[in-house]
Amino acid sequence: MIGFDILVILMMLTGLSFFVATTVGIIRFPDFYSRVHAAGKGDTLSTSLFLGGVIVYLLRDFSGDALLTAIKLLLIVFYIFIASPTATHAIVDAGYEFRVPYWTRTSDRTGKAGTDENGENKFYPEDLKG
Amino acid sequence: MPAIFTFFVMFLFWTALSGKFDGFHLGMGIFSSGLVAWLSHDLLFEGHTKKLAPTLVEIACFLRYLVWLFGQIVLANFHIAGLALSLHPRKHLEPHIIKFKTSLKTDFARFVLANSITLTPGTVSVRIEEDTFYVHAITRRSSADLAGPGPGEMERWVAWVFEGGTR
Repeated sequence: MIGFDILVILMMLTGLSFFVATTVGIIRFPDFYSRVHAAGKGDTLSTSLFLGGVIVYLLRDFSGDALLTAIKLLLIVFYIFIASPTATHAIVDAGYEFRVPYWTRTSDRTGKAGTDENGENKFYPEDLKG
Repeated sequence: MPAIFTFFVMFLFWTALSGKFDGFHLGMGIFSSGLVAWLSHDLLFEGHTKKLAPTLVEIACFLRYLVWLFGQIVLANFHIAGLALSLHPRKHLEPHIIKFKTSLKTDFARFVLANSITLTPGTVSVRIEEDTFYVHAITRRSSADLAGPGPGEMERWVAWVFEGGTR
């Protein structure tokens, strides 16, 4: 039983640390797009680790009710794995649609957002073509 | 035939969510799953042309792919967490857009590839136009697999699952 407890604590702690890293990333990353990177993805792994810990904790004392709750938690993980990338994509696509400029190291120096090393904007499909 | 499969999926879902196994609740479940299956049997398995056995093989391959994908998600999460917690994240970030052409034919395989790209931290698929993907990547390392010549590892996996390619 002590082994289960250690496993549960380990899973929850790793999940929490990934949540912390995600949150720090949202605050520290420089622009809209990189913040979406931090916000949208860290939570898939951290949520599955955290809920995985809850599932192991539930199934420690095996019963029908615990199994049903575990299945419901698994369904939550499953839907997060579908919904999270979809929402991330929708947010990024909205930013793209409104031509939100993106940060590069050169734009940090020159103050001109969304430009590459040659000072050209290479973000939109028509700019990328050719 | 699709209606029967839809009915079973709906009914399994009902029993898992309700958790009550007496006649009254199961009867309600049969009634509602039947109603949903009758009204929307053409939605869940729409455009699915494969026979039962190849479908099962495809599902098995897909589960194998999910294991690989989960490994990639873990690796990439460490990468992003390391970036976020590093002393000067702006020194290590190198956001850029890459575009590449995919060799995948079906819409569903492209959807799976796009969602997998978004799931692995460090890359977000921005837009798909015909067979061209636009992907925003946060460092060169995140985009290395996609930007290389020819199809990347992830694309070869997706092709292996859905279109019988080699991985």
